[in-house]
Order: sequence, then C-alpha cells, then structure tokens
Amino acid sequence: MSLVEILQQLINGLSLGSVYALIALGYTMVYGIIGLINFAHCDIYMVGAYIGLFASINLHLPFIPTLLIAMVGSAIAGVLVERIAYKPLRKASNIALLITAMGVSLLLENTFNAIFGAAQRSYPHDILAQKTIAIGPVHTDSLHLIILLTSVVLMLLLQIIIYKTKIGKAMRATSADKDAAALMGINVDATISATFAIGSALAGAAGVLVGILYNSVEPYMGIQPGIKAFTAAVFGGIGLIPGAFLGGLVLGVIETFVTAWYSPLSHAIGFIVLIVILIIKPSGLLGKKVSEKV
Amino acid sequence: MKKQITACVLGLAMVASLAGCKDNVGSAARGGSGDTIKIGFIGPLTGDASSYGQSSQKGLLLLEDQINNAGGINGKKIEIVSVDDEGKPATTSTGGMKLINSDKVVAIVGPVTSTCANSFAPIAQKYNIPMITGTGTDVNITKAGDCIFRTCFTDPFQGKVMAKFATEDLKAKTAAVLYNNGDDYSKGLFTAFKDSFTGTIVDTETYSKGDKDFNAQLTKISAKKPDVLFLPEYYSDVAVIARQARNMGITATIIGGDGFDSPELFSVGGDAVNGVYFSNHYTSDDTSEAVVQFIKDYKAKYNAEPDAFAALTYDAGKVLCESIKNAGSTDANAIKNALKSYNGSVVCGKISFDSDRNAVKSAVIIKTVDGKKQFYKKISA
Repeated sequence: MSLVEILQQLINGLSLGSVYALIALGYTMVYGIIGLINFAHCDIYMVGAYIGLFASINLHLPFIPTLLIAMVGSAIAGVLVERIAYKPLRKASNIALLITAMGVSLLLENTFNAIFGAAQRSYPHDILAQKTIAIGPVHTDSLHLIILLTSVVLMLLLQIIIYKTKIGKAMRATSADKDAAALMGINVDATISATFAIGSALAGAAGVLVGILYNSVEPYMGIQPGIKAFTAAVFGGIGLIPGAFLGGLVLGVIETFVTAWYSPLSHAIGFIVLIVILIIKPSGLLGKKVSEKV
Repeated sequence: MKKQITACVLGLAMVASLAGCKDNVGSAARGGSGDTIKIGFIGPLTGDASSYGQSSQKGLLLLEDQINNAGGINGKKIEIVSVDDEGKPATTSTGGMKLINSDKVVAIVGPVTSTCANSFAPIAQKYNIPMITGTGTDVNITKAGDCIFRTCFTDPFQGKVMAKFATEDLKAKTAAVLYNNGDDYSKGLFTAFKDSFTGTIVDTETYSKGDKDFNAQLTKISAKKPDVLFLPEYYSDVAVIARQARNMGITATIIGGDGFDSPELFSVGGDAVNGVYFSNHYTSDDTSEAVVQFIKDYKAKYNAEPDAFAALTYDAGKVLCESIKNAGSTDANAIKNALKSYNGSVVCGKISFDSDRNAVKSAVIIKTVDGKKQFYKKISA
C-alpha cells in the first residue's frame, strides 16, 4: 500500500466513522441519562430519514428545512415511543426495558415496511450537491465533511446542554438518582422526555444526512449502522458523549483498513476490537473506572 | 408436562397420517375436473420482491386469456391457480403443497426467485409434478431432478457472456470485480466471469449484504486502473457503488448482469450509471415481431409496459402449454417428455432445452444512455 493510498484510506475511514459517530451520540446520551440501551434509536434514525424524504419530495423543501422537519418529527416519534413503550416499565427490570426496546425496533421496521414497502427510495439529486474535494493527492467529498462537522457541533452542543443548562442539570440529577431527583422537585418524566427528544432529533438528523450520502432510504436501513453505532458508543465508553464521537471515528478507521486488507473480515473486526477493549478496559476508551454502588 | 408432549406427538402423528392418505387419493384425480387444465403459479405477490412476482403473474394471466380465447389446449380451457410465496422458502413449500394436494394442478410455473425455486424444486420432483421456472437463474435449481425445467439463462451463462463481451466488444485487457460474498447470484456471476475472462483480473474485492460504504474497496480498485469494473449485483447496490466509484474518479466501464434491470437504477444512480453495459433476457426495444406483439397485448390488458419478469414468465407458461398440447395428455411423464424435446419460439427468442433441462437461448446486451436503456446487441451461447 502506497503512502497516498494509506492517507486515502484514513480519510475514507474518518468519513465512515463520522456516520457512526453521529448515530452513536444519541445512543450514548439516552444511556447516560436513564441507563437504557435504546435499540429503537436506529429505527428512529430510519423514521427521520423517511420524514426528510417526504418533506423534500412532496413539499419540495431545500436541505435546511428538510433537516429541521426531520429532527422535529423524529423528536416527536422518540417521545411517543418513550411514553408508550418505556414509561409504563419505569419500575421494571433493565432486561424488560431492553427487550421492549428490541420489540419497538422490530415494530417500527416492519410497520414502515408494511406501509412504504421495502423498495429503496432516494432523495432528490439536487438537495445537497456532493462535490469532490481534493487535498493534494487524496480526496473526500463535501457531504462527508458536513457529516463530520455536524457531529463535532452536536457533540459540543450536547456537552453545553448537559453541563451548562438547567435541563442538563436535571438530566444529570436524574441520571445519578431518579427517586432523589424527584424528591428535590425535578420533574423526572419531563426530563426523560427531553432526553428522548434530543436524542431522537440527533438520530433524525443523522437519518437525513446518511440518506442523502448513500442515496438510499429503506425500512431496514437502521439495522447495520445501528449496531455499529452501538459498538462505537460502548467502545468509546457508553454514556460519554466525547466517547461516542471518538469511538465512531476509531471504529470507522479500523473497519476501513481491515476492508482494504481483507474485505470479508470488515464486519467482524469492529466486534473483535470491541471484545478486546472490553477485556482490557471494560469502561471503554474514555470511561473511568467506577465502583458499583452498594 | 410429559402428558402434553405425548399428546402433541400423538396429534402430529395423526395429522401426518391423514395427510399421507390425502396424497394417495390425490394422485388419482389429478388433471383438474372436466374441461379445465389447472396450472399452478408460485411467486412473491407480496413482500420485498413483490414487483417481480406481480409482473410474472400478469404475464402468465395474459397467456391464460390468449389460450382460452383461442379455444384452449386440445379443447380444454386452462386455469391458472396462483399462490403467494412472499419470497420466502418456507411459504413456497406450503403454498406449493396446496397446489399439488388440494388444487391438483398438472404442472407449476415458478417459483419466481432463485431461492424459492431452489427450495421448491425437490418437492415438485418428489410428487412428480413438472415445474418450470421462467426467472430462477441459480444454476442448482434444475439439479433437483428430471421434473424441473428453466426457460431463462443461468447465472454462470451471464458471467460468461459478460466476460466475452468485455474482451471482444470493449477490448478490455484488465478487469476489477466487486461482489457480494453473501449472495448466490453475485457469487455465481463472479465465478463464471473469472473463469471466462481472458484478460487479467487486477483486483477482486467483496462486501456483505446491507453495506452502503464501498470507499475502502474502491480506493484499492482505483489504484489498479482497470479497463472494466464488473459488478454482479442488483440495481440498488449497483447504483450506490457506481456513484461512489465515479466520485472517486474511477473511469472504468461498469458492466453487470440482469440485476441492473430496473428504473430504480437511474433514480438512485443518476449520471453515474450512464454508459454501463449489462446482459439481459429481453428488451422492449427489440423490434422482432414476437416482442412487438407481446408488448401490444400486454399494454392492451394492463395499460403498462411489461418488464423482463412478465415476458419471461409468459414464455415459461407458453413453453409449458405448447408442451401439454404436444403431449396430448396431462400425464406428468408425457408433459416431461414433451418439454425435453421442445423446440419453439417465444417472446425472448428461440428456446430448446439442454440435457440439464436449462434453456438454450441468447442474451441481449443493454447499454444505458441518458437515463434510458438501449438495446446494444444480441449474444448467443
């Protein structure tokens, strides 16, 4: 492999990783606040992609309004899912919640399949021009840069929301101890809904961007990126926002180099690395060692 | 608990023995009652591949009309009995058993997709029911036995045709292949292409089902600068790969098989899929009399343009009906013998069967220009 090719693959990897990072942010946020691995997150991502698709095709909206509508729509979808499927189980065990999340995931996928069919749809070609950008001998494209930039901005924004705002303080309190937070006058239900709204809006944004990037929107589009993003989140330290970002990028780079070396291994490698990380450092790349509360 | 299990086992045994009885009764009364000849159709009328199944069914129902309006086969009307396999092997088996046991069909057209055809072929063989698929291209289907026929070409044939086309028409010296290593269709085409291509294959890369990012593989292919890029895949992935390849500056001519054939190729692929070549069974641009007549009849009945699935299944039905006519009987063995010696002309050209009961026919090469398919040339086996 020549130096140019190595550089090019590095850029390919960061581009792919930026997609994982973008989806992983929402995953990790919901986990960080209420300790739920929301398997339906990747399907909210699919729902967002569909909402954006209809906004752009039927309402002929340009990119920014499409993105905003998709974000609002998926935030509503996320809150609905939380209210209908997760809230009644607030006192149940984590396993029950996890299984419910998987059920919601399957329900969303198959409902969309039943309504819209499994056929792949695509965004209008002119919604966001994809220009090739050359940096010396290597190149990437404008859309990947936008995705990377969006991830960085969202990551910073999330950090600000969580650490500098009142709702963020409520989220952190809820995360530390739900019952105590309620005793202190925090509206736990509203806080959890807000968490889901923000997390789902992120998923919706990712859905639109990735839908445009790969030019395909279909009911099962969330499954594979969803698993990868989940891996990325655990990899970087689940519950940590910078961890999800870093985990996504590292996973993308590792996967790209392995694909270039021996493509049949490309999907296995992420999980191999994950297992190794979990054995060596169970809290993930950026995670701190925490002692279990007794 | 133990009691329940015993009861279940007993119950199952009873059902199984009853089913067994029914089979024996069934074989005596086969052929349909009185004046009709019942022919089964199996295809995905719902589910992922529903557009394939519905087109195929329309083609076959058009044939039903035509034959019955012309007086039927040897004085008997035909009746098409359809079952929906949802594109799933398990549903194919139950639906096919229903056709054989309760509907008592004399022969079956379908299943439409290779996977379902592969799962149903051994069942048709077991019950000695002639099965003829118009669209199942996987090479293994007809290996189930002497009841199983196919009127389309096989995956290896397409791979071979494209290798020949790349060398002779495109003058390609080097080729790169990017294929789906989890898909029989993709692997079948790749293997045949690799075995027949006389130039050098400079790079072979793989991916899995569901992948959307091919930049790592394409970066490697780009460095080798091949003359042609062979993509043995269906339209949706081809469109995504072609876009990423062109974005990367790969200028190789993209070639592939009948999986490219869909209007979706252009809606997703845009400019990136202009100037690609692929092999196909049939083109509506073909000016032969049979094609023109078929398109006219199809449009009159459905007010829509027929796709390859409609034409291919129509052909499979036609070959079957003409063979029943030639046999002068609806006995399975007589139909089988008549099919084996069939030699006639259908919409997609002349058809006869080789010793493995696969159709011997020609392929057409399609070129895409300005978002449209164009007939390029015909290639024979």
